Amino acid sequence: MSAAAQLINATKKYGSLEALKGISLDIQLGEVVAMLGPNGAGKTTSISLLLGLRKPTSGQALLFGLKPDHLNARSRVGVMLQESGIPTMLKVSELIDLFRSYYPKPMDRDRAIAMAGLEEKSNALVKELSGGQRQRLYFALAVCGDPEVLFLDEPTVGMDVEGRRSFIERIAEFAQMGRTVVLTTHYLEEADQLAKRVVVIDRGLVIADATPQEIKSRVAGKRVRFTAVALTDKDLEGMPITTSTRADHRVQLLTNQPEAVLRELFRRGIEISDLEVSGADLEDAFISLTSHQANG
Amino acid sequence: MATMSVRRAPVGPMLVRQAWAEFLKLWRVPAFSATSLLLPVMFYAFIGIGQSSQIMQGGVTFGAYFLASMSVYAVANVMIFSFGISVATERGMKMDVLMRATPMPPIVYLLSKCITALVFAALTLVVLFPFAYIAGGVRLDPSVWVTLASRVLLGSIPFIALGFAIGYLSGPNSAVAVINLIYLPTAFASGLFFPKQLLPQFIQSIAPYLPLHFFGQLGWDAIGAPTDGTLTSDWLYLAAYGVFFFALALWAYRREENAKFT
Repeated sequence: MSAAAQLINATKKYGSLEALKGISLDIQLGEVVAMLGPNGAGKTTSISLLLGLRKPTSGQALLFGLKPDHLNARSRVGVMLQESGIPTMLKVSELIDLFRSYYPKPMDRDRAIAMAGLEEKSNALVKELSGGQRQRLYFALAVCGDPEVLFLDEPTVGMDVEGRRSFIERIAEFAQMGRTVVLTTHYLEEADQLAKRVVVIDRGLVIADATPQEIKSRVAGKRVRFTAVALTDKDLEGMPITTSTRADHRVQLLTNQPEAVLRELFRRGIEISDLEVSGADLEDAFISLTSHQANG
Repeated sequence: MATMSVRRAPVGPMLVRQAWAEFLKLWRVPAFSATSLLLPVMFYAFIGIGQSSQIMQGGVTFGAYFLASMSVYAVANVMIFSFGISVATERGMKMDVLMRATPMPPIVYLLSKCITALVFAALTLVVLFPFAYIAGGVRLDPSVWVTLASRVLLGSIPFIALGFAIGYLSGPNSAVAVINLIYLPTAFASGLFFPKQLLPQFIQSIAPYLPLHFFGQLGWDAIGAPTDGTLTSDWLYLAAYGVFFFALALWAYRREENAKFT
């Protein structure tokens, strides 16, 4: 395998804000990589460096061993970005033909349209598309050049559950052609469905780089909350808990085994009330990941 | 290996596609296409037709003189508006970001916009000339029609750069206002609507330095009306303005690049 995209000790400052604090990343041809992290973690900045849309403050970004803004490198890459616009007064088919002309060996127009599921809209003006259709058009524009590497920055943002599911399938279909896919996402679930490798980014640093299974085992999946008077650290000792926080008498635990934790609480005879068990959101998951890291 | 032989898409077909897309984008916005094509004809109908056979200095008819004025107005109008507003709007909608990530060279984008602007400018003449012939009764030697058309198209190039500069210097919402504030008064001051002699004295004193004044003289000279200075000096002044506008546009473009893509 050879390197498709690399960040070498890359940092990025926007004024005084340190968006990336030194990231090294090596993405091989054929890999499907998900970059996972909360808002502002540095995912979009990493992608921007890899695409040459931004320049690293220090360190290096490389695409196929070339500077990312080299047209030979860009000719092998398809891109779907957050917050980018497209001409609204062109038809879907016209816009796809335009983007196909940018690439040396584009795929057939009809195939690109079919991959994005836009068959019925190929004659519509872009301004007539719904939000979800427009997102699929961005996908069509990203794949129509038949690129070796596909970069997708938050591709399912703003989609409903059904839209997200079918969109993930389209991406998976493209990846199955043996192509490299690099996507950023908020959702561990999405990363799990698509990627063989998950790179977790938090506050401008890579805090984990592993398979989805490994990441999941390190991330606390459930949040247990209850009220308990006079609970001490000693009461929780030996329980399968990733982190615990307490505010007055309200206790919050993050764990992968909520049943075992509750059983143990009852066995020890600890008085609890207002019990809640819920799925940990990403915020919680990252707290547990970062603390895991800190504890070694 | 075969995979290494084609590394980039050929620029020729890309330019054709891009120019066609740029044309369609403008054509489908009636606020641009209809006003660019019809406004000069409308002005010609209001001002030119009534007194078109009146003989002016140098023995040319007012119909022919005003045709030259409106040709210059129409073409410069397209250059400034099509560039200024489309560039400002596309920046506002962040279209430039996605384009930047594609393998399209920026020069293709720039050239396609120039081609589109020239095609549109030529189209305004295709509408205006027959109108002046039929409704205004303007009769000129065939070579004069050709000279007029080719001069105003060539002379419009500095205004492409001006439009480009305005597109990068003003915001998507302010571009129209900025252009109208600059373009309309200078069009009046340069005598495109009324002979300069009818304008207030202080405007008459500025007028001979305005870029549209030199551009207008190219048109008036083409149909045989007397002008100030020589044809050569008109071209030279216009070229100097072209260099200045181009430098301004380049500076504005670089400023944007540094803010957005570093």
